[in-house]
Amino acid sequence: MLKIENLQARIEEKEILKGLSLTVGEGEVHAIMGPNGSGKSTLASVLAGREDYEVTGGTVTFNGKDLLDMPAEERAREGLFLAFQYPVEIPGVSNMNFLKAAVGEVRKHRGLEALTAKEFLQLVKEKSELVELDGQLANRAVNEGFSGGEKKRNEIFQMAMLNPSLCVLDETDSGLDIDALRIVSEGVNAMRDGKRSFVVITHYQRLLDHIVPDFVHVLYKGKIVKSGTKELALELEEKGYDWLKETEDAK
Amino acid sequence: MAYEGDELLENVTSKEYEFGFTTNIESDKAPAGLNEDIIRLISSKKNEPQWLLDWRLEAFKIFQKMTEPEWAHVKYEKPNLQAISFYAAPKQKKVLNSLDEMDPELRKTMEKLGISIEEQKRLSGVAVDFVMDSVSVATSFKEKLGELGIIFCSISDAIQEHPELIKQYLGTVVPRTDNYYAALNSAVFTDGSFCYIPKGVRCPMELSTYFRINEAGTGQFERTLLIADEESYVSYLEGCTAPQRDENQLHAAVVELVAMRDAEIKYSTVQNWYPGDKDGKGGVFNFVTKRGMCEGANSKISWTQVETGSAVTWKYPSCILKGDNSVGEFYSVAVTNHFQQADTGTKMIHIGKNTKSTIISKGISSGRSQNSYRGLVQIGKNASNARNFSQCDSLLMTDTSGAHTFPYIEVNNSTAKVEHEATTSKIGEDQIFYCLQRGLDEEQAVSMIVNGYAKDVLNKLPMEFAVEAQKLLAISLEGSVG
Ligand SMILES: Nc1ncnc2c1ncn2[C@@H]1O[C@H](COP(=O)(O)OP(=O)(O)OP(=O)(O)O)[C@@H](O)[C@H]1O
Ligand SMILES: [Mg+2]
Repeated sequence: MLKIENLQARIEEKEILKGLSLTVGEGEVHAIMGPNGSGKSTLASVLAGREDYEVTGGTVTFNGKDLLDMPAEERAREGLFLAFQYPVEIPGVSNMNFLKAAVGEVRKHRGLEALTAKEFLQLVKEKSELVELDGQLANRAVNEGFSGGEKKRNEIFQMAMLNPSLCVLDETDSGLDIDALRIVSEGVNAMRDGKRSFVVITHYQRLLDHIVPDFVHVLYKGKIVKSGTKELALELEEKGYDWLKETEDAK
Repeated sequence: MAYEGDELLENVTSKEYEFGFTTNIESDKAPAGLNEDIIRLISSKKNEPQWLLDWRLEAFKIFQKMTEPEWAHVKYEKPNLQAISFYAAPKQKKVLNSLDEMDPELRKTMEKLGISIEEQKRLSGVAVDFVMDSVSVATSFKEKLGELGIIFCSISDAIQEHPELIKQYLGTVVPRTDNYYAALNSAVFTDGSFCYIPKGVRCPMELSTYFRINEAGTGQFERTLLIADEESYVSYLEGCTAPQRDENQLHAAVVELVAMRDAEIKYSTVQNWYPGDKDGKGGVFNFVTKRGMCEGANSKISWTQVETGSAVTWKYPSCILKGDNSVGEFYSVAVTNHFQQADTGTKMIHIGKNTKSTIISKGISSGRSQNSYRGLVQIGKNASNARNFSQCDSLLMTDTSGAHTFPYIEVNNSTAKVEHEATTSKIGEDQIFYCLQRGLDEEQAVSMIVNGYAKDVLNKLPMEFAVEAQKLLAISLEGSVG
């Protein structure tokens, strides 16, 4: 599904990813943890094709194709979805029109027929129920005036609408209240179908209680310094990152 | 965002001005230059009454004493008026009894403009008056409107058929002394549209005029006069295009609106004159005076404009709120790209009591263009409880473009309330990336973001125009982020 090898990337002369490797198989859920500023969001942005970041080395293959060779919109159409840590507001653009255009492009790329207005509305209804997104929000401008939690739900709603094969969730749990965390997690779990893969970036074990990962990785200073199973997250919750930092910094 | 410079340039240059075609119609053109004889020629070609010729000659005298204004935030080489032909009429039979008699070349022009008159005739309720170069070519729907007592025709026809109305209103809202280009227009105007809505009549369809400069080396000086009598309503649309030419063309129009008691006029413009090429060569100089008089109590005038064209635009559709409780509105989207310059805005002159005005201006600047909002809100001493709300937003697409806001506020009545808000922002790379990540390409992303930004104004346009305007915005800004 996704194979990252020795990925190096920088922004404005600053080296951020320094030889990162990670393989995500079909249907797997990988959690990525790590201290603030270690490069988690950078990894997500580089995968999604943000041009501010310059890839200086390494390769990424996605479903057998060279991901780094594709422009951002093509990556999205190929099935890579990023739920942003900080979703932006687009004033005046209705969520519905935005999604209609996005779904249209994605389907076209995948050789699927365009949805009729009725089918589209049906899909909206079905998917917004998945994350219990207030119907009103779908008609408002994209993220405009949404609460922090509503923005995160909207990301997952969009994800469900676009039917990606790889979902990268960047701190989707931050800003969610306890109920919303459960609802959003259930939404994500409902999308686990044995084929779709997930990369879940988070700081907290509580999300991983709901979305149980197959693997957990620790990112530190632009590299994966430790990988394990879901028990690793528990260990980190208990011990923090210092013990890992020490061994790593000693190298 | 690190877009490749060259690729961007290519994107921009590969986008040709869509309406840049010329039409091979023989034209009857006056020799270049401006003097009393030319004015006499125009007047006699149009078979005008003596009083109008005198009126023109007087305007010319006034004009000769004036100098070209320089206060606007625009730079350009002043047009050489002696090199312009002030009269160019497509050569053909003057009176058309039906549209079928129209010159086939002219018909083609209209079709290229996307106005298939026949279509319009059949499908929609839009009456069209089509002004090419200086002469009004055809007015559809005349009869149907006539049944309601609505007069909608070229101003030349109105001069022949309704001289009393012309004499009564011409120059009452924009006097000949108003400004340099208004004086010039008064002296040499060759055509334009005239509209009169009688008492108590709601015009059942949108009235529409398309202006086009076709002939090389001509100027276009139309004059539009629109009168809404008591308790009447009309929605009026104006569209403009010009062919692609290397030299600058001058367009100096005057639009006068009069709204009587309880009357409402909605005036919408989509201005897409040729803006010049990517290096700033050619393009239309658009120096227009538009003003509406809310003459009677409870009258209302709304200006909505989408300005994407012209090399230089200088335009301030204004409202004089004379009647008590009258309302003036100005909604504007002005896009500038490459080397375009726009200095546009409005004046709201509050004279009557309880008068209300709203100004929403959305500027979008790209390339190396300069985009200025200039607005005056003036509250007279008798305008008790006058209200104004102004919002002027600027969106920058590039680091090399400029946005400027010049609000002037004069309040002479202490019960008045005037609110002004202004913002300037750069188009968000985050917003664009967000769209890309959802599978939209960059053009779609920019078009969506810009249309969202301008939505409050676009919403004010009649449906037929809103769609066209949205497309125009997208076209004008293609490949323009940087
Ligand atoms: N535009 C930028 N210019 C300079 N440095 C940047 C830029 N963007 C990110 N960085 C730096 O890159 C490093 C990695 O940032 P990143 O956002 O990937 O961290 P993160 O692991 O997601 O952190 P957090 O847990 O706080 O979200 C940080 O030191 C950050 O300051
Ligand atoms: Mg982060």
